[in-house]
Amino acid sequence: MRFTLNGKSRTVNAHPMKRLLDVLRGECGLTGTKEGCGEGECGACTVLLDGVAVDSCLVPLAHVAGKKVITIEGAAATRTGKALQNAFVEQGGAQCGICTPGMILAAAPLTSHASFDEIRTALAGNLCRCTGYPAIFRSVQSALKASKRAR
Amino acid sequence: MSALTLERPRSLKAALASLAADPSLMPIAGCTDVYVGLHFGTTPERRFLDLWGLKELRGIGVDGDALRIGALSTYTEIIQSTLVQQRVPMLVAASREVGGAQIQNRGTLGGNVANASPAGDTLPVLAAAGARIVLRSQSGTRTVPFDGFYTSYRNSIRTPDELVVAIEIPRLQGRQWWRKVGTRRAQAISKIMMAAVRGTDVRIGIGSVGPTVITATQAAAVLSGGGSIADAKAALLSEIRPIDDVRSTGEYRATVAANLLEQFWRET
Ligand SMILES: Cc1cc2nc3c(=O)[nH]c(=O)nc-3n(C[C@H](O)[C@H](O)[C@H](O)COP(=O)(O)OP(=O)(O)OC[C@H]3O[C@@H](n4cnc5c(N)ncnc54)[C@H](O)[C@@H]3O)c2cc1C
Ligand code: FES
Ligand code: FES
Repeated sequence: MRFTLNGKSRTVNAHPMKRLLDVLRGECGLTGTKEGCGEGECGACTVLLDGVAVDSCLVPLAHVAGKKVITIEGAAATRTGKALQNAFVEQGGAQCGICTPGMILAAAPLTSHASFDEIRTALAGNLCRCTGYPAIFRSVQSALKASKRAR
Repeated sequence: MSALTLERPRSLKAALASLAADPSLMPIAGCTDVYVGLHFGTTPERRFLDLWGLKELRGIGVDGDALRIGALSTYTEIIQSTLVQQRVPMLVAASREVGGAQIQNRGTLGGNVANASPAGDTLPVLAAAGARIVLRSQSGTRTVPFDGFYTSYRNSIRTPDELVVAIEIPRLQGRQWWRKVGTRRAQAISKIMMAAVRGTDVRIGIGSVGPTVITATQAAAVLSGGGSIADAKAALLSEIRPIDDVRSTGEYRATVAANLLEQFWRET
């Protein structure tokens, strides 16, 4: 199975029904993608598949053939990824950090002029047990502002 | 995992041939239901048929007077479609409340229909819209009314060798209305969904108040005929069959359903 992982072409020999989450953490050795629930409820395993956020615990490897996957390890290369990573650190958006890679990738497709409502909608599928969401929303808002300034 | 097999047909024709040869194959689309079942070990199937690559099941377009939504259309595609926004805004409203963005990006309308859960959010919409389900097998295509598609809890008239190809929605007159009470997490407590159309005729679909989605024809007839909301509520209560479960009584659900009916009538 061949796909593009964080900008590089990658061939993986694994069962086509294997969860993308397991392929990323196992075959690909990228452990930044976290497993929270394994049932689509928490968003910790979020990655970008051709630019849109998906739960990698619910994606069979077969569905990424020929597609582009971005994990937290490659997030810095996305339009807003670096700013999001910085902002989560600065604004206290991360505590234990389990949810953070998923939060950052769920927020990554947002445009820099996204409204508070659009931010909330983008992150509705991501749970955090530690911070309470205001710190997370604040981090995303601050990152979007920073990425607007940068352009 | 090694015990699982996955067939990946390149065309609808090939997919239907595979299903005809082995109707025990389980189709997979966006996998948002299938992979939850696999994770919990509640999906007994071991042999799967991948529909995700079938172009014939994609796309949203107008066919005659109806809107035709390919079975593989995701919630995100439905939300973003100007055709659906114009013709079936209640389907857009319902799609916006399905899961989070990750689920909307993968979950499909065909999957919601085929999964046949009485708690499927789009089902009351399809009931209220008088939708038709396009089914196809190797031996042909049939288009069946959504009313009557489900026969009992989680069962439908779809035969194992058939795929849901598309959902057709006729042109609707009047105002559309949608409301979901309770979140999915709270499903066991109170989730109830109602979709309704108020035109010269009234049509009402209601979910999570019975073993299948219910088209409330009697309540709709009372309202269409100029009857009182009290009579319509009484009619609705005779049509729904909410069950008691661990956390909630059927009586509570019935009250919520009646309140939703009143809210629909007030707001449209
Ligand atoms: C976290 C989470 C939140 C969710 N929230 C909601 C919610 O709020 N509301 C809601 O209604 N649902 C919800 N769901 C359930 C699910 O997302 C929907 O039912 C979705 O529409 C299923 O579509 P799918 O393409 O992912 O189906 P799949 O999982 O691929 O398939 C589901 C079933 O349908 C069959 N199937 C799929 N496509 C076809 C076809 N074209 N022809 C024949 N059979 C087919 C499969 O064999 C399987 O039995 C949620 C799920 C998760 C994991
Ligand atoms: S681990 Fe995938 S959504 Fe929780
Ligand atoms: S920081 Fe711990 S779950 Fe969010």
